[in-house]
Amino acid sequence: MDFSIFLIQCLNSLQYGLLLFLVAMGLTLIFGIMGVINLAHGSFYMIGAYMAYALSPIVASTFGGGFFSVLVIGLVLAVILGYFLEWAFFSFLYERDHLQQVLMTYGLILVFEELRSLLVGDDVHGVQAPDFLAGVIPLGDLMTYPVYRLFISAICLLLALGMYYIFTRTRLGMMIRAGSTNREMVQSLGIDIKLLYRIVFAAGVALAAFAGMISAPVSTVYPGMGNQVLIICFVVVVIGGIGSIRGAFLAAMLIGFVDTFGKVLLPEAAGVLVYVLMALILLWKPDGLFKTS
Amino acid sequence: MDKLFTGKFLFTGLVFAGLALYPFIGSSYGLDLVSKIMIYAILAMSLELLVGSTGLVCFGQAAFFGIGAYIAVLFSPESESANLLWLLPASILAAAVYALFVGALSLRTKGVYFIMVTLAFAQMAYYVVHDTKLGGGTDGIYLYFKPILGSVLDLNNPKTLYFFTWVFLVWTFVFLAMLLRSHFGRVLAGIRINEQRMRASGFSTYPYKLAAFTTSGGIAGLAGFLFAVKDGFVNPEMMSWHLSGALLIMIILGGLGHLRGAIIGAFAFVFLQEFFKSSAIFGEFAKHWQLGLGFTIIACVALLPKGLVGLPEVLRKRLDGSRPRDAQVVLK
Repeated sequence: MDFSIFLIQCLNSLQYGLLLFLVAMGLTLIFGIMGVINLAHGSFYMIGAYMAYALSPIVASTFGGGFFSVLVIGLVLAVILGYFLEWAFFSFLYERDHLQQVLMTYGLILVFEELRSLLVGDDVHGVQAPDFLAGVIPLGDLMTYPVYRLFISAICLLLALGMYYIFTRTRLGMMIRAGSTNREMVQSLGIDIKLLYRIVFAAGVALAAFAGMISAPVSTVYPGMGNQVLIICFVVVVIGGIGSIRGAFLAAMLIGFVDTFGKVLLPEAAGVLVYVLMALILLWKPDGLFKTS
Repeated sequence: MDKLFTGKFLFTGLVFAGLALYPFIGSSYGLDLVSKIMIYAILAMSLELLVGSTGLVCFGQAAFFGIGAYIAVLFSPESESANLLWLLPASILAAAVYALFVGALSLRTKGVYFIMVTLAFAQMAYYVVHDTKLGGGTDGIYLYFKPILGSVLDLNNPKTLYFFTWVFLVWTFVFLAMLLRSHFGRVLAGIRINEQRMRASGFSTYPYKLAAFTTSGGIAGLAGFLFAVKDGFVNPEMMSWHLSGALLIMIILGGLGHLRGAIIGAFAFVFLQEFFKSSAIFGEFAKHWQLGLGFTIIACVALLPKGLVGLPEVLRKRLDGSRPRDAQVVLK
């Protein structure tokens, strides 16, 4: 393998891994803290991507456009959506069996898919990257690398650092970590666990939708894109250890590299590699790489 | 208690009797649909043994189903019918052996990790048939000559196949009902409720769980065999996680912890799908069938905490004027 090809694949792995981390972080938060196995998480990613597609003409005509205004408006809408969903569909489910929540989120997947089909249609759409990020960087003599992919990596990294800061250095982060360890204890200390849940859920939805929005220009926007990402994110969460942000980061990087290089080096076995990796890791460490509780 | 006991057996008996009489009135389309649902019901019961009875949430049941189906097709000779007497056991055995292998490894993990390891092994089986020559790739393989048993049973006839499936549906139900009432079944229930305590009272739980897992895999293989013979066709989608997921949805919808819940769930799920897909009722809107199905599922979760099995109880309590306890939690 040529060095520049190797470098490009490394950058691709990094970008894919970071993007996975962004989606998986929301999943692991909701999972670890609220105990909800959220199958609809892929739908939030899909919703984000479709928002990037559908909002840009609207934003362009009302605010004079701009990629970043689309991102901000999409993010706000996603937070509102998450807040509403937790209130309407999940707040009464916590005392029930976990599998009831699985059923609920499955119902939500179907509803979101059809609403998407009714509102935007079933076509595949492309989303333009903003002009100032549309260029390429030369690598070596023949190879180039798109700037936008570097931008995705950078923004994911920034968000990851931001989340890490919130998690380890702020009062909110402390409450979230405590909530994931012992729910009753946190409640008895006078913390409004319901509000905490609502915030966590809204944040999770926003992270997934944001990942969808920024990945729209590279991955195109298509029906069923949520299901694609859902299972792989569960793999990331489980390998990393449920509720562990650090674990999710490491696992996402691992999956990013294994998947990208698997597709280059062993194309016929690429699909299965990720699952083999997961099975091996879980047989070696039955609670994931970083166990939290 | 006694009344409830007979009531629920009366219900199951009536369902089985109704299914036995259906071919005399149903169309050929209906026959095919009900055959399909009965196969799903067998498959759902095999999963119920793990999820509802033992508390092991398996997210890879489709793999055992698919293996049963692929063996039925791969082991059939190309230009004549295979003998049912060895082909059916071969399918069941192959699925059970894979289940033994998967179970032996995955039962080391617990909870969500178990869910994901079973998914991983199912995905491996999926990619083997999807990406290699062995399984005919994405196109799948056809079964031109369906297995026969001398001149007694010819599964090429849809009605024969229907009754053949029906017999296995009843057999699976009776077998699992007896299994769950046996010593073995009681141990499984104990593991579901509190595995730690079972170990403390001297049960080595791992072999019990492994036996349940293998049995479940074998029954799923049986369902796969029936499905391959019914459709005369297998493809990798039979092993995809979408099916494993749909099966979980069926048994949760029907009501966990009850064998008849698995049957009710399979029927309800497929009927709801067909209902919302029917353009006679919904016209143009039928292509958005998932919307109706999704809202129905959400309504079921909100109103029926115990699944469809709990419906009579909820209705009875409503009629008595007092709200059921679980519904109060919902309304709070």
